[in-house]
Amino acid sequence: MARDTEVLVLGGGSTGCGIARDLAMRGLEVTLVERGNLTDGTTGRMHGLLHSGGRYAVSDQASATECIEENEVLREIAGHCVEETGGLFVQRPEDSDDYFQEKLEGCRECGIPARVLSGSEAREVEPYLADDIKRAIEVPDGAVDPFRLCVANAIDAQNHGARIETHAEVIDLLRDGDDIYGVEVRHDSGPGKRTHATSGTTEEITAEYVVNATGAWAGQIGAMADLEIAVRPSKGVMTIMNVRQVDTVINRCHPKGDADIVVPHETTAILGTTDEEVADPDDYPEEQWEVDQMIDTLSELVPILEEARTIRSFWGVRPLYEPPGTGTQDPTDITRDFFLLDHADRDGVAGMSSIVGGKFTTYRMMAEQISDHVCEKLGVNAACTTADEPLPGSENIATLEAGMDDFGLRSPVARRSRQRLGSRACEVLETDEPNPVICQCEGVTRAEIKDAIAQSGTDLNAVRIRTRASMGNCQGGFCCQPMANELHPEYDEEMVREALDELFQERWKGERHALWGEQLSQAMLNYALHATTMNRDRDPASETSTVDFAAFDDGRAERDRIDGIRGGR
Amino acid sequence: MAIEDDVLVIGGGLAGATAALAAVDEGAQVRLVSHKQSTLRNASGLIDVLGYTPAGNGPLVDPFEALADLPEGHPYERVGLEGVREALAFFDEIAGDAYDGGHTDANALVPTHGGTVKPTARYPVSTAAGLASDDRDTLLVGFETLPDFEAPLAAAHLEAAGAPFAARGVTVRFPGVVRDDAKVTRYAHLLDHDETVETAAGETTARDALADIVRSQLEDESRVGFPAILGDDHADAVRADLAERLGVDVFEVPMGPPSLPGLRLEDLLYDALEDAGVRVTTGVPVIEYKTDTSGRIDHVVVDRNGTEIPHHADQYVLATGGLVGKGVRSERKRVFEPIFDCHVPHPADRYDWFVDDVFGDQPYARFGLPVDRDLRPLDPGDEPELSNLRAAGAVLGGYDFAAEKSGSGVSLATGYVAGQRAGTEAGQ
Repeated sequence: MARDTEVLVLGGGSTGCGIARDLAMRGLEVTLVERGNLTDGTTGRMHGLLHSGGRYAVSDQASATECIEENEVLREIAGHCVEETGGLFVQRPEDSDDYFQEKLEGCRECGIPARVLSGSEAREVEPYLADDIKRAIEVPDGAVDPFRLCVANAIDAQNHGARIETHAEVIDLLRDGDDIYGVEVRHDSGPGKRTHATSGTTEEITAEYVVNATGAWAGQIGAMADLEIAVRPSKGVMTIMNVRQVDTVINRCHPKGDADIVVPHETTAILGTTDEEVADPDDYPEEQWEVDQMIDTLSELVPILEEARTIRSFWGVRPLYEPPGTGTQDPTDITRDFFLLDHADRDGVAGMSSIVGGKFTTYRMMAEQISDHVCEKLGVNAACTTADEPLPGSENIATLEAGMDDFGLRSPVARRSRQRLGSRACEVLETDEPNPVICQCEGVTRAEIKDAIAQSGTDLNAVRIRTRASMGNCQGGFCCQPMANELHPEYDEEMVREALDELFQERWKGERHALWGEQLSQAMLNYALHATTMNRDRDPASETSTVDFAAFDDGRAERDRIDGIRGGR
Repeated sequence: MAIEDDVLVIGGGLAGATAALAAVDEGAQVRLVSHKQSTLRNASGLIDVLGYTPAGNGPLVDPFEALADLPEGHPYERVGLEGVREALAFFDEIAGDAYDGGHTDANALVPTHGGTVKPTARYPVSTAAGLASDDRDTLLVGFETLPDFEAPLAAAHLEAAGAPFAARGVTVRFPGVVRDDAKVTRYAHLLDHDETVETAAGETTARDALADIVRSQLEDESRVGFPAILGDDHADAVRADLAERLGVDVFEVPMGPPSLPGLRLEDLLYDALEDAGVRVTTGVPVIEYKTDTSGRIDHVVVDRNGTEIPHHADQYVLATGGLVGKGVRSERKRVFEPIFDCHVPHPADRYDWFVDDVFGDQPYARFGLPVDRDLRPLDPGDEPELSNLRAAGAVLGGYDFAAEKSGSGVSLATGYVAGQRAGTEAGQ
């Protein structure tokens, strides 16, 4: 029977998009479906650390070695998504000297460049480090933008013929006896780009092979075909500061613990994290103490965090997994390695494999191994090229940095736009049309917003993850509305209104966890702007009752009176 | 040199300025000190009194009818209906021809830059021809370089909101603006001074050029609305000029910050303060206060460029604003009033400060000082914190100005009453 596609990938996170790109580049026909936006699951909810491997150099040297290898690959193929910040493992007086030594030796054994800095040398690198930091190990940690990296993989997959469907939730696995041959999805607003205020459809997509890359949600997918996949989702909190208190990744040099990393990320710094098993990856408590712990504990490393402004917090869910019978109690101790579960071998059900575990930094390597497996299953002989071919935006990145023009933009806006877009900058920013800044906090212009809209339809959260618009200090208070304006006239008023409401509510979701001090003042200002100035909270267009306009002051009596006075002069 | 006045007003927004003017009216010698830039630059310039009840009913045609039913502790309940009416009459006197709406108790509906409509009791004369409760067909004009106002979208939104007229929007290039990120003051300045601009047809003036562009877009509409950038110091002349050239009424749609109608209101108030002889010092924070033996405020200390200067007065009015103006501040574990440490009721757990719906019934929006009917801040035992201190405007708690559309009205009414009482008491 003819299938719709050769390979169907479930999940639009880094793993799924990495697999889609890999297989598409090998010449396979690929379709990827994602329940929400790309990165909506775990990928978009991480701290943005590009591991050097230093973190695993004592506990898990195999992972550490993979990390440093992939770290170097990503700097090459995704230069426009990576910031080479460097990282420090800092030792406080109460932290063990023996562990410090083990960490240093571990790094060297794994091929991770590592150098010891004295406390004062470390403070020269990062002036806000606590005075009592004893010493530090310098490693090549970096910062990576998981949104743009994931999207770049999806774009490249599309460039190689893949079909990418977001807002397409899998509602059933199609199984015939012991064979899985596809899925049924529900398109939020029909196939193709998302369009608000448009009714949904369902579609059956059949495939030669299905790859379940839904991470923490893999168990839910498996259950649709009576397969048991015992993922152990583990949540972690991340708190975003409004500025970069540090320009280097700061890790605490101790065996394990919560709240032990600060990652500089674009204009912000991200504090992380915790590790706590949850039953349902879509429904778990997000609590005050977790945010407080980030600030209080990490202030031991960087004291100014205590008084600094946070703009939001978010939680992510790790897709941890360990083979049945391992029985690790503490989720911190569960391996970060990934597992490829071929359901034919494991459950006697052909046509699908699931991927669980793993970590962001090594997503490409995982995708390569899984793609190898899929090719073997399908009898395809094609080599992986993802480590050598740059992602869209990172072609000739080194020569791009020098000598690029400013596209008529103020230099900070031009610089930041170029960093985000990489080699796509000319294509996106060169325009004869006026190109005003839409998001002041992040320096995002109309041309970049329009480019993102062309990729993703009315979904302003998809625009956000591509551009960073609405991710700065005001958390969208000032720019959500002008962002939505850019949807018009391509999309009609009702669609724009719904898209704006959705983005504004999403921004509020994370901001709730930062409501004190400056950010509470910001929240009140945002509320006043949208409710007082625009009356968006009681918008008659969105209410069911109609307004009796004729009952209100129409200003005419006053005008007639004034005209009368003027006429009489 | 000792600084000594009858009344010292702390805060320079709508509430503070009104309080100072009301105190002068009682014959008091008044000084006003303010620290931060006033939040009027964020404000639309509309004087709303009450657009919706606290339960969300509305838009209210008659805000005064609803005032009687407000809950105890609401600032309007504290000053009473007469206080609100007197304050509006006082404002009408100050504003003169600059504001309309005083001829009726009914609210007007004003189009917002997002395309919704908003109920308000008074409106700048620049918005008067644009009321959505006026049924004349409307052309909205937006500018390519002003992304906050998408005129065709706003027009479509007005129609979706049920506005009783046909609305059409067009987007044009603003003559003479060469930078894509020019500030709104640049647009206003070009029109204020009717500067020479280059167009395809050669050199002309900004107003002529704009009128030419708009004329070519105009169909049967009898009024044309622009984002609120039609001049600053000479806004009336700019509007009249454009109206004459286009042969239709011209109006402004209020915008977000920086808001020219808000800044014009600020200018109007500061001119009135100057005329009234109020001594105004801006950019100076009050850093501490001292009480006398009877527990009254003896003086406050103002930091003027690093020099600490005691300011003595008989009566004090606190009008430092709410969370936005920083008259109410917060930390992870508390909400407080930073100058006199007046009591600010709030839940102990900061996760009870908000609800999950962004436009839900937000507790944080009600943060502020509880006051008695004399507008004196109350301590947790419901006793006045300091007998010669009154509070006015957004520093007050117990109301959600954003949901009710009551911010300006509360500032006016409480500013007026606080200033009047302070002025009277200082004279005794």
